[in-house]
Amino acid sequence: MARRGGASAPLIALLLAASLAATVVPLPDLLEPLRPNFVALTILWVCLLSARATGLLLAWMSGLMLDALHGLLLGQNALALVLIAYIALKMRLRIRAFPVLHQSMVVLGLLLLNEFVLFWIDGLSGHPVTAWTRWVPVLTGAATWPFLSAFLTRYAART
Amino acid sequence: MSPIQDQDHRPLLLAGPSLGLRLVVLGAMAIALMVADQRQQYLTVVRAWLSVAAYPFHWAVDAPFSALRYASDALATRSTLQEENERLAVENRELKLTLMRFDALEQENHRLREARAGSARVAARSIVAEILKVDLDPNRQRVIVNKGTRDGVFVGQAALDASGVFGQVTRAGPVSAEVILISDPEHAIPVQINRTGARTIAVGLGQTGQLLLPYLPRNADIAEGDLVVSSGLGGVFPPGYPVARVAEVHRDPSEPLLSVGAIPLAQLDRDPEVMLIWFDNRIVEPDAGAAPEGAPPAAPDAGGGTLAPAESRAAAEPAPATPTTPAAAGPSPAAAGPDGPDTPQADPAAAGPPGPDATQAAPPAGPQRPDVTQAAPPAGPVQ
Repeated sequence: MARRGGASAPLIALLLAASLAATVVPLPDLLEPLRPNFVALTILWVCLLSARATGLLLAWMSGLMLDALHGLLLGQNALALVLIAYIALKMRLRIRAFPVLHQSMVVLGLLLLNEFVLFWIDGLSGHPVTAWTRWVPVLTGAATWPFLSAFLTRYAART
Repeated sequence: MSPIQDQDHRPLLLAGPSLGLRLVVLGAMAIALMVADQRQQYLTVVRAWLSVAAYPFHWAVDAPFSALRYASDALATRSTLQEENERLAVENRELKLTLMRFDALEQENHRLREARAGSARVAARSIVAEILKVDLDPNRQRVIVNKGTRDGVFVGQAALDASGVFGQVTRAGPVSAEVILISDPEHAIPVQINRTGARTIAVGLGQTGQLLLPYLPRNADIAEGDLVVSSGLGGVFPPGYPVARVAEVHRDPSEPLLSVGAIPLAQLDRDPEVMLIWFDNRIVEPDAGAAPEGAPPAAPDAGGGTLAPAESRAAAEPAPATPTTPAAAGPSPAAAGPDGPDTPQADPAAAGPPGPDATQAAPPAGPQRPDVTQAAPPAGPVQ
């Protein structure tokens, strides 16, 4: 525990709280469908670039909070986030070395997986949301990644 | 400490139990939670705690908006206040005028109901709950309000606004509650066409300005501009409250059912607050004499009795008056059953113009004809 890369624990908690709040801040009607999944992006950043061993637990807990905030089936975001956090942690050494645009593509894939798991659970639990707009945040999320990760790495990743 | 380490502190290896093990454990926990949540009743306590934990987020996000609202209220100018005052005075005058008429009607109604020992199912008590300005899932029509079980809010409670039925409570935490709007695609509300008394079900489409009445037969008497009121079947919503106004009637000769679009009267996307109401939804026990044939214990379903045969089959699919939450998904005889035999009987007199309702409903109502005819005589004097 002596020398951990990335952000300190309280800072990460703060970041996750902020990203959770960012998912419920009211936006103008036009922007609302574009809102990226900030929690997933933050979790990915924590797992990819700051490589915390606790990433999975963090993903699970923030997924649970996300479900509670949005009034969804408890555990669906938790499962999806744990899954992508696992992949991100497994591949972190490789992904870290990628140029930023390349990273964005990987993030796109992971967000897609995340959304697919949610979509699938929605369907299984009998509240399917089949509107195509649900996939838009995946694209905007991948587009947000370079900026968000640069910002976080610049200001939040301190030892 | 080597200089290289100083530049990059990111560890190459992770400590603790293996990643795969964590994944399996956490994934299994998530799945277990979902299964338990799907079965609802196991997780009410967890839900309650989580909603308490989520409330600060909702509150913090809402705070700047409510502060703004408060500030704009506090800084309103004299002229706007005067203007508003004038407008309200006019509105008040008009309302009083209508009220005069209603007073007489209400008394008459009361008298008639007493005559047949029915229950007065009107909103008896209400609290005003503020809607927190937070965006939930954009694909679902739900809102969070700032009243919870501490204030007596319960799951299934009806929410109204000043102009119509708004929705019902789907989850109640200690300090906040989630309300599903009538326009949510998973919500269906039993309604009645005010002009004709025909009963049907209005389902949401997922867009705020729209409802669909999909279970009306092709020859149903319905026209644009008809007022749609709640019928009170199912016991969630009090009968007789305005729900929507019919906007378009699409008659396709090749389809057995009409496709009717309606516009909700409640200001679903603009309301700053809603009223959560308590009403006496006591089910009227049929008189001892009328009981045997009056209330067949196994009525087909709550809505089916007075609908045309084609409809009752269709209407049996969505669980009336319940958002199709996991437990209630699909045909739910359990939810509709207890209300089924009794409510149609209580209804014609309680909501809408009773006369035409009874006559119109009588021919198609095979199994429940005794109900309808039984309800008709006491309602007669109204005409």
